[in-house]
Amino acid sequence: MKKYLSFFRLRFSMGLQYRAAALAGIVTQFFWGFMEIMAFRAFYQTDPSAFPMTMAGLSSYVWLQQAFLALFAAWMMDNEIFDSIVNGDIAYELCRPVNLYGMWFSRNVANRMARAVLRCFPILAVALFLPSPYKITMPKSTVHFFLFLITLLLGLAMTVSFCMLVYMTAFFTISPQGLRILFTSAVEFFSGAIIPLPFLPDKIRQIMELLPFAAMQNVPLRIFCGAMSTEEMKKAIGLQVFWFVTITIAGNFLCRLAQRRVVVQGG
Amino acid sequence: MITMEHVWKSYKIAKRNSGFGQALKALFSREYEVVHALRDVSFTIHEGEMVGYIGPNGAGKSSTIKILSGILTPDQGTVLVDGRIPYKNRIQHVSQIGVVFGQRSQLWWDVPVIDSFELLKDIYQIPNTQYKQSLEELTDLLNLGELLRSPARQLSLGQRMRCEIGASLLHQPRILFLDEPTIGLDAVSKLAVRDFILKQNQLHKTTVILTTHDMQDIEALASRIILIGKGQLLMDGSLSDIKRGGGDIDKTVAQLYRSYDI
Repeated sequence: MKKYLSFFRLRFSMGLQYRAAALAGIVTQFFWGFMEIMAFRAFYQTDPSAFPMTMAGLSSYVWLQQAFLALFAAWMMDNEIFDSIVNGDIAYELCRPVNLYGMWFSRNVANRMARAVLRCFPILAVALFLPSPYKITMPKSTVHFFLFLITLLLGLAMTVSFCMLVYMTAFFTISPQGLRILFTSAVEFFSGAIIPLPFLPDKIRQIMELLPFAAMQNVPLRIFCGAMSTEEMKKAIGLQVFWFVTITIAGNFLCRLAQRRVVVQGG
Repeated sequence: MITMEHVWKSYKIAKRNSGFGQALKALFSREYEVVHALRDVSFTIHEGEMVGYIGPNGAGKSSTIKILSGILTPDQGTVLVDGRIPYKNRIQHVSQIGVVFGQRSQLWWDVPVIDSFELLKDIYQIPNTQYKQSLEELTDLLNLGELLRSPARQLSLGQRMRCEIGASLLHQPRILFLDEPTIGLDAVSKLAVRDFILKQNQLHKTTVILTTHDMQDIEALASRIILIGKGQLLMDGSLSDIKRGGGDIDKTVAQLYRSYDI
């Protein structure tokens, strides 16, 4: 376990040194958040009764999403992993007495957390002091807040284990780009990164909420803004655990399969 | 300590001629050629031996090293290193060996070398006292000193290679695989690396297998030479067997390659 914590530590401290990238990220996320809230405001003003969330709830959803973007954005994958598979540097990684899956998993979690830590505080701080209903509204109870924290971590684990599946496909294809784009677009849409899931038609939403994608950012963000009943929360957390376990097993299976047929490219 | 018996390894390679038409044709039917990297290779290496593994480009040297270090799985044959099957119990196996790939880097690019070393300490679970002792010894022998505090990306090739070799030996492996460790190094760095490998073998009885195209490496280091060509083992003997004709070693080896038509 200590091995993986060391990976985590090194990656985390590496992630903290990219200050310019963090600044650029903060600015982008601010604008994105404003644009999104303005667009939804237009819908809200047209017909508040057709709006499936409260305006305040939606604003909280958007600001949290922007603050913790690095935890859940599927497109923020680790290019070094793809490169090492494509150019053969994987040879060195396989010379280490560590489980490849565990090593990459901890490395990815560390990367995402380092980025999120650098970016979230300024966004959260400003969003707390915006005029209502455009600001972040704190959850109904402390129970909601703690459930938010737990599901946030589960959602992160879920996102990373899904990315692990994509890394593994790189072993089986010449270029991983195509599958990468396909998978990241699917995650963006189905996880509620573009439009929160409550805005989708009921029948489609009911199916989408069962998919692994809904176990990512959808759960913590909706718990925070109070858009889930107790029953819904229980079901959603259960699904998060189920999908995390299932996808981790699948990822480990692919990882072992890949190692058996690995070819080190580039001599 | 190391035995390979009747080991085969082949790769499938997609082939096509140049041109747009050919590329279009390859969309529908692709020609593959099976290249045998290793055909029926067998040898035994004893503890404390220093073996030079030579052969022309594409002979199968790197494939052998990768099989011995547990990265690749052979198609056929048995491989035993220190009683372990490398590709079966990879994690257990690699904790006992050290590997240097001269053409690749294991150091983290953006952080000081010492950070990579500390991470390796945790990965190999090296106890504190042992780590301090190896670090001191390696710093001394490889003249690492100030290099450890600079990021890997700002080191010259020779400096980096010294750090790479140090990194592979922190956990004091009993077997060391060196895949072209002196590639691209200047005369001074080459001498330093050779000197170090020799000392490592004398001090710790480390078994060393090294592949190289630099015959001076072989002259300086290897007491035994294995020659491989087109995936087949052609000769297994000592330096004097090769040099029987006397004179320049590069010419002798070139002649040897030609005589085997490889």
